[in-house]
Amino acid sequence: MEWLESLTFIQRGVIAGVVIGFVSPILGAFLLVRRITIISEALSHITLTGIAAGIFMSQAIAFVSFLNPLYMGFLFSLIGSLLIEKLRQWYKHFEELAIPIILSTGVGLSAILMSASGSATTEWYNYLFGSIITVSLADLSFIIITALLAIAIMSFMYKEFLVISFDQEFASVSGVPVKRMNILFSVLIALVISMAMKVVGILLVGAMITLPVAASIQIAKSFRQILLLGIVFGQVSMIGGIISSYYLNVATGGMVVVVSILLLMLAMGIKKLQHA
Amino acid sequence: MGHRHQLTDSVIQVNHLSFKYTSQYVLEDITLHVRKGAFLGLVGPNGSGKSTLVKCLLGIQTPQQGDISLFGEPLKKFSGWDRIGYVSQKANSFNSGFPATVFEVVSMGLYGKIGLFRFLTKKHKQKVYEAIEKVEMSAYTNENIGNLSGGQQQRVFIARALVSDPDLLILDEPTVGVDVHSVQQFYTMLKQLNQEHGITLVLITHDIGAMTDYVTDVACLNKHLHFHGDTDTFTESENEMMSTLYGHDVHMLTHNHDHSACEVPTS
Repeated sequence: MEWLESLTFIQRGVIAGVVIGFVSPILGAFLLVRRITIISEALSHITLTGIAAGIFMSQAIAFVSFLNPLYMGFLFSLIGSLLIEKLRQWYKHFEELAIPIILSTGVGLSAILMSASGSATTEWYNYLFGSIITVSLADLSFIIITALLAIAIMSFMYKEFLVISFDQEFASVSGVPVKRMNILFSVLIALVISMAMKVVGILLVGAMITLPVAASIQIAKSFRQILLLGIVFGQVSMIGGIISSYYLNVATGGMVVVVSILLLMLAMGIKKLQHA
Repeated sequence: MGHRHQLTDSVIQVNHLSFKYTSQYVLEDITLHVRKGAFLGLVGPNGSGKSTLVKCLLGIQTPQQGDISLFGEPLKKFSGWDRIGYVSQKANSFNSGFPATVFEVVSMGLYGKIGLFRFLTKKHKQKVYEAIEKVEMSAYTNENIGNLSGGQQQRVFIARALVSDPDLLILDEPTVGVDVHSVQQFYTMLKQLNQEHGITLVLITHDIGAMTDYVTDVACLNKHLHFHGDTDTFTESENEMMSTLYGHDVHMLTHNHDHSACEVPTS
């Protein structure tokens, strides 16, 4: 991966953005049809806990100082994701409770770890709202590796995830290993969330996963079209957001969301015209 | 896959099955046999345990007592799930906002059979088109499932169950929310599948009247199995059978205030 090292910081940021803008809407499409897009909110906050823990540990314990806090973020995101799946089974009739439980746990623990580690507020600001200019070489390789893993899982398990989202009972009756697939799906969510947060920021990861597909479902006629249009919208939001945030010197995540919202409004307009 | 048992005549064999969710039994001492080529109507009032029995057959629920064999093989060892097609009460399980085309929905019926890491081949796609053709929905192949009427959606779900060439098709209240005219067409289509394609059918319904014109066998369920035999015997003793059914369970019915469960359609 020598070519990675020769990149300028802005090139690294743009590549990271393009990768995230490609993978997030695909996951978003599956979350959308399962009606659990809100899960991304809970997991992004628990990812923050992991990152805070990673930063805290790298300060406190010398031999882990080389470790990129994003890996800790992924680990926490994964634990959170599996916990949500468990909580949803425990609260069978109140499945949505899993989200606030994990979300508040994440925020609470993050607050403790952040105050204990005493890092500069600008560093936290970058984690919360995203920044492309701080995408380091290590961050970029993390993003590329996790993205490749996520793409591999999604393409090999595409039909299993699809049938489970559509009709879980039918899936299990027709011989799809639903339980194992759901665990793998949890891993997938954790991968994508921890991957996306560096550029768009913890508070806005959910937006990148949800908004492109919220726009594409307005005009898509099949699941395939939701995916394809979602990716297109994701790319436009990402690239548009990065470029505008760079020139306006504002938070990248914020501009990405603004572009996504504009696309969403455009999609709604198109739908209106189609039905007029 | 159990294909060495293919010659046995028994498709479903249930012996002394009892099942409870909590403390009270919803199914008690059920013994039921479905032979190859039969079209069984499994009837009973709401809450009689029909759907639970099906869930036991499909291995979704495990009974406390008794045993089940599918195609001559004990359920625990049974692995030929691709031989069984299942159409559920659509309102309960299908995600109605799902933006999938008829083609996408029907191809889902093949996913379990194809297995992991594989994709639809040309041959699979051909099968999907054939299944859609069998239920006379070819004109709607690329239509969004959400835009279809209740009866049309149910045809699509039948196609999804048929696409893997099942030997047994289980339908749980497939006509709920479907208008009367479509229901008759629907039953006629099932009869064809049974007679022309030789598929063994189990139809679960609380609508006794319409069904008796189409099925070969009837089983009456209300916690216990009250009748199990061919349709002619059932029609002869239908009135008697119904009073037995209600007589036995008057306490339960009044408890539920569920009078609809007592009505026997006169048609």
